[in-house]
Amino acid sequence: MGQAVAVAHDDHGHDDGHHHHKETFVTKYIFSQDHKMIAKQYLITGLIMGTIGIAMSLLMRMQIANPEQPSVIFEALLGKWAPGGVMKPEIYLALVTIHGTIMVFFVLTAGLSGTFSNFLIPLQIGARDMASGFLNMISYWLFFTSSVIMIGSLFVELGPASAGWTIYPPLSALPEAIGGSALGMTLWLVSMAIFIASSLLGSLNYIVTVINLRTKGMSMTRLPLTIWAFFVTAIIGVVSFPVLFAAALLLIMDRSFGTSFFLSDIYIKGEVLANQGGSPVLFEHLFWFLGHPEVYIVLLPALGITSEIIATNSRKPIFGYRAMVASILAIAFLSTIVWGHHMFISGMNPFLGSVFTFTTLLIAIPSAVKAFNYITTLWKGNLQMNPAMLFSIGLVSTFITGGLTGIILGDSTLDINVHDTYFVVAHFHLVMGISALYGLFAGVYHWFPKMFNKMMDKNLGYVHFWFTAIGAYGVFFPMHFVGMAGLPRRYYTNTNFPYFDDLADTNSLITYFALLTAAAQVVFAINFVRSIFYGKKAPMNPWKSNTLEWTTGDKHIHGNWVGAIPHVYRWPYDYSKLNEDEEYVIAGQDYVPQHIPLQPKEEEMNH
Amino acid sequence: MTAFLIIFIAALLAVSIWQISKIFKLGKAPDPDSEMSEVANDKDNKRNGLGMLVFVISMYIMMIACFVGYQDYFLPDAGSAHGAEYDNLLLLTTVVIMIVQVLTQGLLHWFSYKYHGKKGQRALFYADNDRLEFIWTAIPVVVLAGLILWGLFSWNDIMDANMDDDPLVVEVYAYQFNWRFRYSGADNTLGDANVRFKEGLNEVGQDPTDADGMDDILTKELHLPVNRPVLFKFRSQDVLHSAYMPHFRAQMNVVPGMVTQFKFTPTVTSEEYKATEFMTAKVRKINEIRRQKSKELMANGDVALDPYEFEYYLLCNKICGATHYNMQAKMVVETEEEFNEWLSTQETFEKTLAKAEN
Repeated sequence: MGQAVAVAHDDHGHDDGHHHHKETFVTKYIFSQDHKMIAKQYLITGLIMGTIGIAMSLLMRMQIANPEQPSVIFEALLGKWAPGGVMKPEIYLALVTIHGTIMVFFVLTAGLSGTFSNFLIPLQIGARDMASGFLNMISYWLFFTSSVIMIGSLFVELGPASAGWTIYPPLSALPEAIGGSALGMTLWLVSMAIFIASSLLGSLNYIVTVINLRTKGMSMTRLPLTIWAFFVTAIIGVVSFPVLFAAALLLIMDRSFGTSFFLSDIYIKGEVLANQGGSPVLFEHLFWFLGHPEVYIVLLPALGITSEIIATNSRKPIFGYRAMVASILAIAFLSTIVWGHHMFISGMNPFLGSVFTFTTLLIAIPSAVKAFNYITTLWKGNLQMNPAMLFSIGLVSTFITGGLTGIILGDSTLDINVHDTYFVVAHFHLVMGISALYGLFAGVYHWFPKMFNKMMDKNLGYVHFWFTAIGAYGVFFPMHFVGMAGLPRRYYTNTNFPYFDDLADTNSLITYFALLTAAAQVVFAINFVRSIFYGKKAPMNPWKSNTLEWTTGDKHIHGNWVGAIPHVYRWPYDYSKLNEDEEYVIAGQDYVPQHIPLQPKEEEMNH
Repeated sequence: MTAFLIIFIAALLAVSIWQISKIFKLGKAPDPDSEMSEVANDKDNKRNGLGMLVFVISMYIMMIACFVGYQDYFLPDAGSAHGAEYDNLLLLTTVVIMIVQVLTQGLLHWFSYKYHGKKGQRALFYADNDRLEFIWTAIPVVVLAGLILWGLFSWNDIMDANMDDDPLVVEVYAYQFNWRFRYSGADNTLGDANVRFKEGLNEVGQDPTDADGMDDILTKELHLPVNRPVLFKFRSQDVLHSAYMPHFRAQMNVVPGMVTQFKFTPTVTSEEYKATEFMTAKVRKINEIRRQKSKELMANGDVALDPYEFEYYLLCNKICGATHYNMQAKMVVETEEEFNEWLSTQETFEKTLAKAEN
């Protein structure tokens, strides 16, 4: 079977080579079926969405630092939502909602996983393209459509969705409760439904590709950890995204067709609604059945990328390859049975709280194993401090800091008093927001040469990393303490509780750090755009890496390899491997790429 | 619409810059000498390795500074019976995670510095070690098992909302954007209620035909007698809210269509709480800030801020609409006598009904 597929694809590749010159602008750049182009489309769309999402967070931080003060920035950007330059509470909640939605789904799911799964899966397993290039193209264009709808929802009369990214009904179901739950919410739901379709098409494609299209010799235990991470991420997505789709569909029914899945006994604006028997807690279950795995959908690709980059730049094999794979699988399995830890105080049976505490703290174990393995990989390495490596080390750092506070939040008892405070905001921003963004940046710096045949400027990369690293901790470390003071999240202003008056200075400090961090991203944006056009031409294999993507040469053709697909003879982590004479396996070179057969005097290892 | 136009123009600009740059690129030849110039060299490795060391030291300093500088951010000793246990568990967990944090961040950044790349340096081919893997799987298992067990025992105690110790039954009723409280009266039983009964003065929709509800008392402030267990029953009339009483380490979501509950025993009266050393210092500090701010405000011709006096509060902690940020209620914990006296001045549902009929 493997043979037959390989042959079929050889033909396919040949075909494409033949027609290469006939590609038009439209088939090459817009409706492309080439996974590399689709990956770039995902990346650039994701980065644009990220810019919008981060800009929104700055608006929120400016409001928190100077509550209810007029600002020309608010006036210019928010228009009627900031009369006289003073931000209205409704738009603050809308910013909270759309910032969360954009960052979680559009940047960290599509922008991160979409980009690198598309780009790396075929290249690293030795395939000419995804199993279905056409579905892949559809997947991107669905994502693009959903992005456009989501951004479009910002401009509707009553404002965009404002019920938080978790869109708990009844707030999200009743336009009487908040303006954003009118057309804005409808667009949100439509956009997300399309997004889920996009994500499912993408995920199914990734799964099929990894299972069926690996080149000869690429057994599952020779897969780079990136591929393991993307593969398992796709499986989690297929398992959990449909549940969110169901929740969205039922919410649409409740909103538009008078059903009562989530609504019961409601009196609003002087009227009793007819809805009876529904439960908002049911929605919470459905939402978090996706919502929690979503955290790992965001995080696992980042961890996979980091594994690859840390090993390559440490010039060492990743420590504990099998333990890393086992951790990914364990995290994936556990991630689907921990959703209830978002709901300890939702009113569900306290016994369930006990169960979810147990499973939640279990998931800390594979996460801890991963962190320890990263640290051991650095030990006695020969660390090449490329920007990608710095971001990978930064990821491990924020993953630990953010992960540890999860032990507090995952404990149902301790959650009682920190639930929905800024402590939670600090926790999840560090552990999934910042960590996953670091993964995204690491991936961009590392694979930019492969994507664009150009190098990014390393010095701008260093500036970008250090300011981001300082800024991110400056924002989120003090925020834990603000949360410990009992300050609720999603408050438009904290001035109505004098008890919180002494937190104002810290909130201003956090805002300054947020502005600094955002400024650092401008450096990245400049570097990214400039390098695409004016960057130095990239060498074949700039990081001296073992994986297959660096064997394709610099011709970007649909089909990846001009000649035959290379076969694989070893795992991807033979860095600094010595032969029986205590010399590098290949003289003068501290790495042995996967397509190099076993050398004389080399010991074969089973990892 | 203007915003949309601006975005559209920006997109057009970006496209034109792209096209222009493409034209420029056509005339450029690649420079083979500088091929590896954007890959980290020894100098970069050294500098950034040193950066990692400085970074972790700064991080330690920042952590210490936060714990010292923000120590009065931590909530004061709890005013409830289960609060002490909560605080102990929080303290232990914080100590454990800070130890792990200091060790792992130290190792991560120290290795990044110590093993920064040098020409000729050979990395150690070290792919796995089952014993190490076992050790660092086992340690978290043991530590977490301990924390889980303690946490679960506390959780079961806290969430056990039984009637065995004759708790005072109080309904907390939430709506956009305020709270009401219903005391169950002499029979300590709340009358049936549903939003469909809501009308005029019957603000929480009590069933006017239910005898249990006649002695129920509806109030705007939450008063509690000290040292008597209180069983809260939560109801919402519109959207999700969350009743958060941080000084009692108590929180429960308020869900329309169902009754949620939480039980705790307040142990410190408002007066005692205000008089604690922590709270007097905290209030003094806050009032100093408010005085400074008032000066600025008055200079601009605005009204000065009122001086602050601490009262327990209940606040909404689940996004519930535009004025979510100001959905609060005053809480008072007082002696049994004071409480009974206060309660006797409030109106029972029977009287409310009678008034409505007149």
